[in-house]
Amino acid sequence: MSEFAPICIYLVISPLVSLIPLGLPFLFSSNSSTYPEKLSAYECGFDPSGDARSRFDIRFYLVSILFIIPDPEVTFSFPWAVPPNKIDPFGSWSMMAFLLILTIGSLYEWKRGASDRE
Amino acid sequence: MIIDTKELQAINSFSRLESLKGVYGLIWLLVPIFTPVLGITIGILVIVWLERKISAGVQQRIGPEYAGPLGILQALADGTKLLLKEDLLPSRGDLFLFSLGPSIAVISILLSYSVIPFGYRLVLADLSLGVFLWISIASIAPIGLLMSGYGSNNKYSFLGGLRAAAQSISYEIPLTPCVLSISLLSNSSSTVDVVEAQSKYGFWGWNLWRQPIGFAVFVISSLAECERLPFDLPEAEEELVAGYQTEYSGIKFGLFYVASYLNLLVSSLFVTVLYLGGWNLSLPYIFLPHFEINEVGGVFGMTIGIFITLAKAYLFLFISITTRWTLPRMRMDQLLNLGWKFLLPISLGNLLLTTSFQLFSL
Repeated sequence: MSEFAPICIYLVISPLVSLIPLGLPFLFSSNSSTYPEKLSAYECGFDPSGDARSRFDIRFYLVSILFIIPDPEVTFSFPWAVPPNKIDPFGSWSMMAFLLILTIGSLYEWKRGASDRE
Repeated sequence: MIIDTKELQAINSFSRLESLKGVYGLIWLLVPIFTPVLGITIGILVIVWLERKISAGVQQRIGPEYAGPLGILQALADGTKLLLKEDLLPSRGDLFLFSLGPSIAVISILLSYSVIPFGYRLVLADLSLGVFLWISIASIAPIGLLMSGYGSNNKYSFLGGLRAAAQSISYEIPLTPCVLSISLLSNSSSTVDVVEAQSKYGFWGWNLWRQPIGFAVFVISSLAECERLPFDLPEAEEELVAGYQTEYSGIKFGLFYVASYLNLLVSSLFVTVLYLGGWNLSLPYIFLPHFEINEVGGVFGMTIGIFITLAKAYLFLFISITTRWTLPRMRMDQLLNLGWKFLLPISLGNLLLTTSFQLFSL
């Protein structure tokens, strides 16, 4: 486990590196008396119409749902790929079966047009 | 009495030495922690300068020239200027998400530097799952972009954040089977072992020749992960003003740039490590003398290793910068189709091909 020690140190260092710049402008930055137009959302100079957090395209949602299937697939493949005793035919063929099921699933999703964008 | 004072002096000097030793110990502890941070910062400044100079060259301009010789200090001057700028917080936004978004993007990318080997045994953490750590940590960055897009409460930012998240997660999927086939070939997912496995046959032992399809897919998807120009949909200037960074000002705006250049640097370093043989020069007809394991030779060999790694990484950076200034942008549906219907089947096929070769070569 000691090989993870640098990672743990970096878990402390990298937030510091990125959070210190967030605090620095309080010391240096100019702070004019701000007027409300300056702080409103940018919409090409007009007053913002309505809230930005409204409906959005369903396809973004579909992409993230489709992502959930292949991502664990690849994650589970890593332990299969790495150990030295992996290349017995049994392990390989069970991996093939696993990949085959996923391929059938993604073919079905392709034919149903879930990954079509108009 | 005289002896006593001498003893006292001896004890005093000894204790002073002890305290000095403590100081040295502390310094030796801090050096390996802060050297990479310093190196990464300098690396980013160099990339910013390179991008401005190369883009100027492509467009037949001169580029930055007044700040320092050849404008080398221009990036530093820009960063200092961003520190002095007013920190605007949008009145109707979510301030917590707005402030934390850029930091999360930087943190996640900075963490993945700890598994990159710059030379033989010159790696912060030689994990047995090094490549896997990079893949899992790199998928935190889109959360930061999504947070900042949602937190600004601006339509452009929101769309940019959504696009960034969709793009990163779709291109992560073709990226991972390529890395998986590399770790199949080299029988380990430790980055050091991957480089060691490529060093056997010199130039022709690079994974580039054993995995040409994987290399192409990896380069395309890592360009898309970095949101570089054929794929810079999240911050398309002509459609969304600046994407998720529309509302940002000052150093938070700068942090987004830091994150994107960090990501570019880490991707090119991983291209070097996974496909281009890492710190080994391994060019035919050029033989480096083998260094003995004494102090000077070790330091010299290490310096050469770092230099070779960085040279290969910056070669890839040069390619991606020239790509940015020469190619037009894709449409969102083209981008997603390329990821899901072209790169994903190809990379899966590549993985199956690699597996069967490994199986039959036994």
